[in-house]
Amino acid sequence: MRVVTLKINDQEMSGREDEDILHVAREHGIEIPTLCQLDGISEWGGCRLCLVEIEGSAKLSAACVTKVSEGMVVNTESERLSGYRKTIVEMLFTEGNHICSVCVSNNNCELQDMSSDLKIDHISLPYRYPARTVDASHDLFIFDANRCILCTRCVRVCDQVEGAHTWDIAGRGIQSQLISDLHQPWGESDSCTSCGKCVEACPTGALFEKGKAAGEMVKDPKFLVYLADMKAEKS
Amino acid sequence: MIDRKITQQISSAEDLAKVAAEQLEWQAQYQHRVFVCMGTACQSVQSGAVLAALQTEIKNKGRENECLVSPGGCQGNCASAPLVSVPEQDLLYQTVQPADVEEIVDALAGKPVSRLLCDNKGDFFSKQNRVVTNHRGLLNPESIEDYIAAGGFRALLKALAEFSPDNVVQELQKSGLRGRGGAGYPTGLKWSTVAKARAEQKYVICNADEGDPGAFMNRSVLEDYPFRVLEGMAIAAYAVGASKGYVYVRAEYPLAVERVTKAIRSAEKHGLLGNKIGSMSLDFHVEIRLGAGAFVCGEETALISSIEGGKGLPCPRPPYPAESGLWGMPTLINNVETFANVVPIITNGAEWYATIGTPRSKGTKTFALSGRIINTGLVEVPLGTSLRQMIFDIGGGVPDGHKFKAVQTGGPAGGCIPEEHLDATIDYETLMELGSFMGSGGMIVMDDSSCMVDVAKFFMQFCAAESCGKCVPCRVGTAHMHDMLDRITKGEGTMEELGQLESLCDVVKFTSLCGLGQGAPNPVLSTLRFFKSEYLAHIVEHTCPAGVCAPIGQDIRRPTCALSP
Repeated sequence: MRVVTLKINDQEMSGREDEDILHVAREHGIEIPTLCQLDGISEWGGCRLCLVEIEGSAKLSAACVTKVSEGMVVNTESERLSGYRKTIVEMLFTEGNHICSVCVSNNNCELQDMSSDLKIDHISLPYRYPARTVDASHDLFIFDANRCILCTRCVRVCDQVEGAHTWDIAGRGIQSQLISDLHQPWGESDSCTSCGKCVEACPTGALFEKGKAAGEMVKDPKFLVYLADMKAEKS
Repeated sequence: MIDRKITQQISSAEDLAKVAAEQLEWQAQYQHRVFVCMGTACQSVQSGAVLAALQTEIKNKGRENECLVSPGGCQGNCASAPLVSVPEQDLLYQTVQPADVEEIVDALAGKPVSRLLCDNKGDFFSKQNRVVTNHRGLLNPESIEDYIAAGGFRALLKALAEFSPDNVVQELQKSGLRGRGGAGYPTGLKWSTVAKARAEQKYVICNADEGDPGAFMNRSVLEDYPFRVLEGMAIAAYAVGASKGYVYVRAEYPLAVERVTKAIRSAEKHGLLGNKIGSMSLDFHVEIRLGAGAFVCGEETALISSIEGGKGLPCPRPPYPAESGLWGMPTLINNVETFANVVPIITNGAEWYATIGTPRSKGTKTFALSGRIINTGLVEVPLGTSLRQMIFDIGGGVPDGHKFKAVQTGGPAGGCIPEEHLDATIDYETLMELGSFMGSGGMIVMDDSSCMVDVAKFFMQFCAAESCGKCVPCRVGTAHMHDMLDRITKGEGTMEELGQLESLCDVVKFTSLCGLGQGAPNPVLSTLRFFKSEYLAHIVEHTCPAGVCAPIGQDIRRPTCALSP
């Protein structure tokens, strides 16, 4: 595998040519915002927060799915990019029903962290207030669709790591929704192994353990990296 | 009606010439030939009954040995359907009913039925240049014999015998053909990328998932020239080294599906698809795949995901399908019309093709003219034709004394072009400069009875409904933009919101994952650019100048309840 040198935010660095911009930047201390990306599962490219500018390209590129190349000059911060990122996060807030003060993930939420990192102090788009439900049919966990940002981390972890494929997205566009099995209550799912990986992978309070009250749900999906490494070693 | 069917395998150019000669000889024994258009538009007004009535009439008159009535293809002027042509008299009859057939049969040798005559010398026909649709409907779309008699499959056997795969790619590059799906990527370059990719297996896909509102060019080309599209695909397979092909066509086109399916079967039966085509080294198998009603599946990566059996979701590019496409293999994916252009290029040469069109946009393009225009239908013009020629000469202008307002090209990713730019030429670059897009060829004409805010809302509603939901800006942004446009049409919009709409357009255009989201703001941006006064009329004066959102002069806001204080 070739090693290439590139410049990210005026900083010279090197990376393997099968690595993406996001990981090479992260390795060198440059954090690029993202919500759908999670180490240990495949890339998705849907949240669009990791868009960066690449010199010589008129289009913006998603850092999580763009491989580094020799001589590449990348810029991860600009007024334009931060404006876009703010609007995208605002869109997520207006799409669902996010009320931090009563959320189990308050203070432990990637969406909340993202909005404070991006210095979002108010939402200028109109809230959509969708009618969404809570599925508490599972013995151990609860799915609150109001807090779901459709990042599909749970879908991917369930399919790629646990191998159950309990979760998937039904519908399209603004009607998209997370469903278990063939749109059955989670508790009636035949495929769910109750492993809880989806809960750990979920960036918000959409998936959480039963019995947790506001602010009590702390998640740690780092173990997914070990599982992925072990799987890669085995094969 | 007895159709002549050949049974032999065609394993050389000589075989092909022999079949063609025999078929021509068989056709020549009929003094009179009549074609009844069996395209979707004509069939929807009972051209099938006209065809049956003509055949019965000829039988009853005992003239079946001198008259041959065949199903034909689209003549183009669908507004006058059903159409019946009599080529040896150079006549075209319009709005023919089963009751008219007796007169038509009686007139075969004599004076034409003047009350049904369609002016086939007029601007609508004379200003077109038909390359893709060159048979002008005078070809039975379901008969491989007729296609061969008209020169079909000669280009394929010529390419196999006289060209190396590289030569074919070079010929395409020299022709200057650009992708007819809308983006205009150089076809030869795409072919050469796939040809150069190293892999055990490569694929050729024909994208027939035409879904733009008001577009029906690809449907018509597939319905009328299924063999030509397959022949183009086979030449492509030879050029890039593929052995398997797919035609991805939307299920909403049942006639196209039926004809392509039949065409694949009969080409296979005669050794023109399958293993060792024309007894030469090419193996090429084609299958058909049906789309299930998702517009986004016209996007190449979503289309590939759909063929693989997955949900029609686009993937970030690169890698492009040319490098890693269907099942991770190098895949050539072109539009129906692009493949249909290959046969004339190989037959007549790249130099000939390059003489048509403009320096940067070569060849012809089919367009579906619709909306507020007299000659609704399918037309084919050289690129570089002006919008004015297209709409007023060929299209016949706007009906009922109304005034032309705008023409929408490029589907939901396109824009509305106003009267002051009517002299602009139709080519990839000019349309882009005008904030529109070539697109696959839909052309919707609007007159003074169309409200441009309402038009923008319509296209936004389409994009919001067709968004796959994978990326946030397209999923949420199109819904917000639709709501904002909806409020403006109800007189509830504010100037602040208009500014917000413009900035949302910018975000969605530059951050969306695929072409659907990236193009979705275009109808808003182009109507804001050329028709801002209409937006202002709705927001500031609460009126709709076109009288769509409320009658002209009336307040567009919802009337307050008479009982409320």
